[in-house]
Parts: sequence; structure tokens; C-alpha cells
Amino acid sequence: MNKSMETAEVAKQNRAYAEALAELLYQFADDDFIISFRGSEWLGLAPFIEEDVAFSSITQNTMGHATMFFQLLEELGEGDADALAHARKVDERRSSVYLEKMNGDGHYIEEPDYDWALAVVRNFLYETMKRVKLQAAMKSTYQPLANMATKIIMEQTYHLAHWKLWMEQLLGATDEAKEKLLSRLDEAWEEFGDALSLGPKASDIAKFGILIEEETFKQYWLEEVKKTLPAKYATIPKKSLGNGREGMHGEDLQQAINIFTEVYQIDEQAVW
Amino acid sequence: MTQVKQEEEILDVLKTVDDPELTNVSVYDLGMVHSILISEKDVYVTMVPTFAGCPALDFIERDVKLAVETLPWVERCEVTFSFEQQWTTDDITEQGKIQLKKLGISPPPENYTIGTEWTVACPYCESNYTSMENVFGPTACRSILYCLDCRNPFEAMKPVLKDTSELIS
Repeated sequence: MNKSMETAEVAKQNRAYAEALAELLYQFADDDFIISFRGSEWLGLAPFIEEDVAFSSITQNTMGHATMFFQLLEELGEGDADALAHARKVDERRSSVYLEKMNGDGHYIEEPDYDWALAVVRNFLYETMKRVKLQAAMKSTYQPLANMATKIIMEQTYHLAHWKLWMEQLLGATDEAKEKLLSRLDEAWEEFGDALSLGPKASDIAKFGILIEEETFKQYWLEEVKKTLPAKYATIPKKSLGNGREGMHGEDLQQAINIFTEVYQIDEQAVW
Repeated sequence: MTQVKQEEEILDVLKTVDDPELTNVSVYDLGMVHSILISEKDVYVTMVPTFAGCPALDFIERDVKLAVETLPWVERCEVTFSFEQQWTTDDITEQGKIQLKKLGISPPPENYTIGTEWTVACPYCESNYTSMENVFGPTACRSILYCLDCRNPFEAMKPVLKDTSELIS
């Protein structure tokens, strides 16, 4: 039985523990941050106005969750939360590569030809993963993480319910809708894999009871998505885009960083 | 002045600090005040955020600090948000529910269990003949509804409760 770590000060005294913990917190923070950024690009472009309100509300709340995780990292001595969000280079980021993918062709300002099927598939798979990860984190030996997970999951319930409903409705809608969704699901089964990776410190993360074993985590996720998806998606997705947990990223992340750090680059002290 | 009297004074002040996004609903009535610690002229207020992702937290922190510091005997007030306890919609006081209704926002359902359906009464005519237009509203904590009786659109606080379902055993 692992000892519970009540505060950042206590956790920092065990170097291996603190390093494994930071690795996991970067995953939580970077994932929420990048998926919120891609979500924010949809503002004003969702299929209808109620969806625009819903999607932007989820996105704003998720960005808030990212902030909370960056603050946990700040407490651990990793640096200022704003700098962690804005100043880190591409290869220092731990977000899943699949979550970084651009929303589709075009640009937010000029002819955004975004794909709603990608938005639905990506958010459904992600929110299910986040829920499993938060549920495991509620029992973490790191008490501040357990507290935060308990809080966030109360809100995240609504996010997951939203995307699950979209998934169910579109899978049962017209042939065109179903085809678009299945094609994005096939793609996700090639690419989503790194989102389920707990990174290079996975064994320490499990050993110290910060989270559960990576294999167990993957299986819980699969059990959950299977309840909604067609039977063919019964395996763990591959990582054909690479593993973001190990700092491997594509050009899409650089494109995102260039945009969301534009103001930060001009004035690091800007107040939001 | 006794400690009890001092605490009372602080609570009275906190009842005048409104949530920036909910006019006339105080942070006290929303159930956000967790504890007050007094050490001579210093006051430490611990609060629980309604939504973790709420962008109004910084404003609330500032408003609470400034309000408490208006008390003549207080030199400094420090406000912290804690996640050790989780805010739920059950923490909203009776007064808070009355004030919410005045804004056209229905208070969250009582004795609600996660995952089950809930009915929301119209804050204007009290009818239960209402429909949910959007679970998500103008802020993270609110939903948009429509009253089929008095034909008014209105908002409601989302029920936010502790999740006791066990996905992972």
C-alpha cells in the first residue's frame, strides 16, 4: 500500500515520485489545453447556434481544467503556470498527437472547411478517456490531484454526455452521416493510441499509486467506448502519428502554438 | 470584540459580495465560503469554487478581499480557493435560491441523483411544463430552458453533485 502524499512539499522530497507525478500532470494539462484550443477554433462555426453555445461552454470549462492542472505543476516547482502553457517548445509538450490535428482544411479566418465528424469522434474518444483517467486519479496517492479530479469529474459528466449523444445520434442517422463518422473512427483507430499511453514514466506512475497500470487504464477505456461504438472497434487504437507523451509531435502542434502564443510573444505580462 | 462577533461581521460582509455573473446572489448564498480564520488583524477566507473552469474566480477573490478589508479592525484579508471539499449545488442557501429566481434562473433540483431525469419549474409561473433547450448556457453552471405554459425562456442552474458511480473499482 502506497503512502498518501498530502502536499506538493511532501511529494517533492521523493524525487522519483515527483518526476512521475509531473509527467502525468503534463499529460492532463497539455491534453485539456490543446483540445480546448482546437475547440475554440470552432466558435461561430458549429452546425447550429445551440451547439455553438454548448461546444464553447465545454471548451471554456476544459480550458479552466487545463489551468488547474498547470497550477498543480506550478506548486510542484515546474515554473509559472502561464509560462508552462505558453512558453514550452513543441518537443516539451506531452499532449496526444491525435488531439493536435487541425480541425480540417482551411483556416479559422479564411474559409474554415472544418469536419464535424472529426470533432464528434475526437471529443467523444477524448472525453471518455478523460473520464477514466479522472476516475483513476480520484484514488491517487497524490491528494491534491485526487481532490481536483473529484471536482473536475462532476463537471466533465456533462461534457461526455454531450459528445456521447452526438455519437449515438449520428451513428443512427442517414447513411452519409454514418459513413463520415465511420471513416473518422477508422482513422482514429490508427491514430488515437498515444492518448492512451501514460508515457515514459508509466511504470513509476503505477508503482507509486499516482494512477493505475497503463494496460488496465486502456482496457477500462475500451470497455466504455464499446458501449457506444460498432462492434468492429474492439481493439486498442494504434499510434501511427507517433507518441506525444514522449514529446513526438507533428507540424499541427507548431501551427497551434504559433497562434495561441501570439499575444504572449508580444507581451508576456499581458493580463487576460 | 469577541471572535464570534468578528466572524459574524465577516459573514455579514460576505453576504454583500455578489457573484460577478449573478447580480444580487452573494458568494455566501451560493455556498462558496468554506471557512474563516482570524488571526488578530489578519483574516483568511477559504472558498470553494462552483466550477473549476469558472473564469470569474479571480474577480471573486478580489471582491471578497476588498470587501473584508473594509472592516475597520481588519488589516489584511487573504482569499484562497480549496479543492479539498467539493462544492455541490446542494450548498446554495434558501436565500440564494430566492435571489436566483429573481434573476429568472431556476435553482437546482433538490434530492437529485446523477444520471436521472429532473424537472425544472419555471421561475416566473412555477409551472413544471417546461422543456430543456440546451444543457449548456451562457456560463458553465447554467442551462437554457423554455416554459410551455407562460412562454418565457429562462435559465436553470445545472445540478452538480458528487459522482459516486464506480467505473474503476
